[in-house]
Amino acid sequence: MAATDNFAHAAPSPQPTGRATGEVIIDVVCKSYLIGPVHDQVLEDCTLTLPAGKLTVLIGPSGCGKSTLINILAGYDTADSGRVTIDGESIRGPSSDRLVVFQETALFPWMTTWQNIVYGPRVQRRRTSADIDAEANHLLDRVGLREFRNKYPSQLSGGMQRRAELARAMINEPRLMLLDEPFRGLDAMTRELMQEYFLRLYEEKRQTVLFVTSEIDEAIFLADTLVLMSNKPGHIIEAIDIELPRPRDPHVLTSTAYLRYKEHALDILHEEALKAFAGGSRAAADFVEAYDKREQEK
Amino acid sequence: MNVTKLQKALFSKTLLRGCLSVGALILAWELGRRLKVPGFAAVPAPTEVWNVLAASIAEPKFWEHWRASFTRVLSGFVAAQLIGVPLGLIMAMGRAFYLTTFPLLEIMRPIPPLAWVPASIIFWPTTESSIAFVIFLGAFFTVVINVIGSARNIDVRYVRAAQSLGSRPSDIFFRIILPAVLPGVFIGMAVGMGITWEVVVAAEMIAGKSGLGYLTWSSYVGGNYPQIIIGMISIGVAGYVSSSLIRLLGRYVTPWQRTS
Repeated sequence: MAATDNFAHAAPSPQPTGRATGEVIIDVVCKSYLIGPVHDQVLEDCTLTLPAGKLTVLIGPSGCGKSTLINILAGYDTADSGRVTIDGESIRGPSSDRLVVFQETALFPWMTTWQNIVYGPRVQRRRTSADIDAEANHLLDRVGLREFRNKYPSQLSGGMQRRAELARAMINEPRLMLLDEPFRGLDAMTRELMQEYFLRLYEEKRQTVLFVTSEIDEAIFLADTLVLMSNKPGHIIEAIDIELPRPRDPHVLTSTAYLRYKEHALDILHEEALKAFAGGSRAAADFVEAYDKREQEK
Repeated sequence: MNVTKLQKALFSKTLLRGCLSVGALILAWELGRRLKVPGFAAVPAPTEVWNVLAASIAEPKFWEHWRASFTRVLSGFVAAQLIGVPLGLIMAMGRAFYLTTFPLLEIMRPIPPLAWVPASIIFWPTTESSIAFVIFLGAFFTVVINVIGSARNIDVRYVRAAQSLGSRPSDIFFRIILPAVLPGVFIGMAVGMGITWEVVVAAEMIAGKSGLGYLTWSSYVGGNYPQIIIGMISIGVAGYVSSSLIRLLGRYVTPWQRTS
């Protein structure tokens, strides 16, 4: 595959600063919102550890509180009870230590690709501008956007925007990267390509990552640990270590080990979806239908 | 090469279509005169106006009126931006300030500039400052409302992303909020510019010995009918040119808004 070849010839990256380990502990976190007179319990006794330098993928039925968890980790929102720490420090407010890649692109429309990517390090004023430029150029090559460095986001395709966004986040070498369904809305081909781009970048940098998705194939393909989340009120049902060798390529999707993981995860998600279905969730109904069809085909 | 050709073709076509409506109006006007349509009796024919216009252009006095109006409009307009844009931003960001000032703004806004004329004459020491003040009011409220609107519509994800990327509050203001409101500011400016020209006649009625509004009104008082129409056309053209300049400036300052 052409994309893979590019990676093979790319220059080695500068070593990440060894300062951060980025271990995240989420300890019995609860969160509810007051909607009118009703307390909507979104997270209940949510406990999870994100091991340093590992890629944890969170999957669960829609509306189960995944985005709420991301917002708490990012510091945009606070938990009602429980503790969230990164390397032992409590999380307080947004910080460049914890970067979010949003569902739909949040590139600044008034900045070019290049300006978007160097924005973080420039405002943080921790690195020299030669250092920033070198790293930005390296990342531009890695995500295949060198020729688009002077384009505005509106001039890029959906896939290019996500890649630019990945580069904008990764250049900051955050202790924790939070991705909230980052490839949602892309067509299947682009999505697969994006997953590969993302994996290569991850395998190079090894930052702690929490990746939220609702796609089971995407989840297993990327994950070191696959975390299954329950229906609302969301808590963790199971964390499965995915022991597929890295670096991974799409061939792994046909291996028996992969299929076993998928089978197991789907069984649990199916159970959760049935509960949500009983609770009247439209997305869950779609899932149950798709699952049953798959069972019949076997 | 092909692109510039295409642009030229498009441009000339646009120009042609624009001229079409102007031409049709002049034709209808001439016909109205010739066919003695009621109401047209006292209106000078386009040909008459043209003759007077040709004579006027040669006179430096005519251009003095242009200069006088442009100076007033520009000073009132610039003052409206300088005060209106920061005020709009502060109102959009500070909830308490907004709640305090918004009712006052909404009471002042519907008062037509013409109604401000007497108060303005009494309040300001010189005629010129009274005129500029009335013009200022014409643009001011539009500018403030537009800035508030666009500042409130900023996508919260941009601000969150900027926070995550390590921005200080000043970075968020200058590098996120300002560029995000800029397109809205320019829309407000273009609309405000149109209004200042609408107001210029009322403002120059205050007294004034010059200006396109003055020219129009004094021609009416003096019974010089072709001159009235020349005054009207001049104001129209001046307004169109100034709005176009604002739009051009806007395109230059917000290049990301251009469709690729």
